[in-house]
Amino acid sequence: MRLRFLQILVLVLLIAAWYVLTAPGLVPPFYFEQANRAAFFFGEPQKVFWVIVEWFATGEIFPHLGITLLETALGFTIGSVLGLGIGLWLALSPTASAVMDPYIKGFNSMPRVVLAPIFAVWFGLGIWSKVALGVTLVFFVVFFNVYQGVREVSPNLIASARMLGASRRQLLRAIYLPAAMSWVFASLHNAVGLAFVGAVVGEYLGSSRGVGYLILQAEGTFDINTVFAGILVLTAFALTLDTAVGAVERRLMTWQPRAGETEKV
Amino acid sequence: MTMGEVPALVLADITCRFAARGGVGEPYTAVANATLAVAKGEFVSVVGPTGCGKSTLLNVAAGLLEPSAGTVEVFGERLLAANGVNRRAGYMFQADALMPWRNGIDNVIAGLEFRGVARNEAVTQAEEWLRRVGLAGFGDRYPHQMSGGMRKRLALAQTLILSPDILLMDEPFSALDVQTRQLMENELLALWAVDRKSVLFITHDLEEAIALSDRVVVLSAGPATRPIGDFKVDLPRPRDVSEIRMTPAFAKLHREIWAAMKEEVLKAYAAQKVA
Repeated sequence: MRLRFLQILVLVLLIAAWYVLTAPGLVPPFYFEQANRAAFFFGEPQKVFWVIVEWFATGEIFPHLGITLLETALGFTIGSVLGLGIGLWLALSPTASAVMDPYIKGFNSMPRVVLAPIFAVWFGLGIWSKVALGVTLVFFVVFFNVYQGVREVSPNLIASARMLGASRRQLLRAIYLPAAMSWVFASLHNAVGLAFVGAVVGEYLGSSRGVGYLILQAEGTFDINTVFAGILVLTAFALTLDTAVGAVERRLMTWQPRAGETEKV
Repeated sequence: MTMGEVPALVLADITCRFAARGGVGEPYTAVANATLAVAKGEFVSVVGPTGCGKSTLLNVAAGLLEPSAGTVEVFGERLLAANGVNRRAGYMFQADALMPWRNGIDNVIAGLEFRGVARNEAVTQAEEWLRRVGLAGFGDRYPHQMSGGMRKRLALAQTLILSPDILLMDEPFSALDVQTRQLMENELLALWAVDRKSVLFITHDLEEAIALSDRVVVLSAGPATRPIGDFKVDLPRPRDVSEIRMTPAFAKLHREIWAAMKEEVLKAYAAQKVA
């Protein structure tokens, strides 16, 4: 309880400082020459608040949020499935893995955000160029986790399954896939976060809908309050997404021991 | 062992060489010209100093490892690497080999699942086996929620549910505390007494070997391990492993076998100190 109180106190103090330092004429200007300059560059918390209220009151924000969420979900799903599939394939085929190794490393080292303009040309300004960017970001996180996970499956476990009569396909289904899935879930938070980054950056670089587009529009008209409103909505949204992922994770990973967990009798 | 009957398992003149790390240097010979037979219904223990290649021999018997030379026969049939693992054998590992993402029941039915048995049927059998190994009601627990002893029982149920003709065990109880271990040994003997499968039991503990077996085979220190002694254990059954240790017959056998083993243990110890 005390902790929660202190956490809220930090937020209140931050907003108060923001207000005091930006409200025109409240404190004498000490950095900018003119009194309203601070508000121009940093926005004002009460105006930001009203922008957000208006967005939700008129429902204007919902189609944009919906688009961003859709792009995130698609980027995450496609990237994860590709990462899982290719990760499994390369982990189980040493030859393919040796051949592909330099390309995987190279592609992973490349700052993939530079691909956004190319994706815009290939897939247009609709959602698919953002999904593509999200996929390239998510793919590697999942891929490396799966690759590592499959290669670290205990040889005992594999030998045991073989002695119990598992064929190659059954080995894949009963041992490799579950082992890989546990690593996919371990990278879930990262992957969802990156899919979100891909969606927003994609929108920011060129789009006609989405929260990133709202921010881009506001920036074009020097409407700093709307820019901050967009950033705050995105932040809240990302936090919600992360909480949802945490809930899913807890449900699916019941078999894993948690630190400090005692025997449930 | 009646004469003329086909043995359950014959390892004939087995040699296992492993390439040196990185392909440079002499290959390491773990096992050399080892011959070992297990009769139908016989409980054979193999003892030897640590690191002498006991597990290598067991993996060869399981068909998990192809020997560099020599043959394996299972009930008179040649075991070939091309045909996969030894289908008539169940294997119990030293370390945990349970699937951590499956609960008790699902771990036990794994083998039946691989054989295409319907789930309902498999679960019914699995519950019966959980009861037999003393885990009734624990089927919904995951391995991490179980103690070391419970996990061993689960692994035992997982292996025995397929009713393998040969049971291969690689120091299965070595990680358990002494009390749990003796309980597990007694339970293993009780389960074994029901249908007397052929057992090849690997251990470094001579007392355990004598208490459980019909026959104890002593291996030489590595490298190039081979059997150097073969002792019949004619203690009466059924046995209680903690009580039988107190009998004079047991002490006599222990002295006899230890005399053969001692030199090898010292050799292995000296080799480890140099390395």
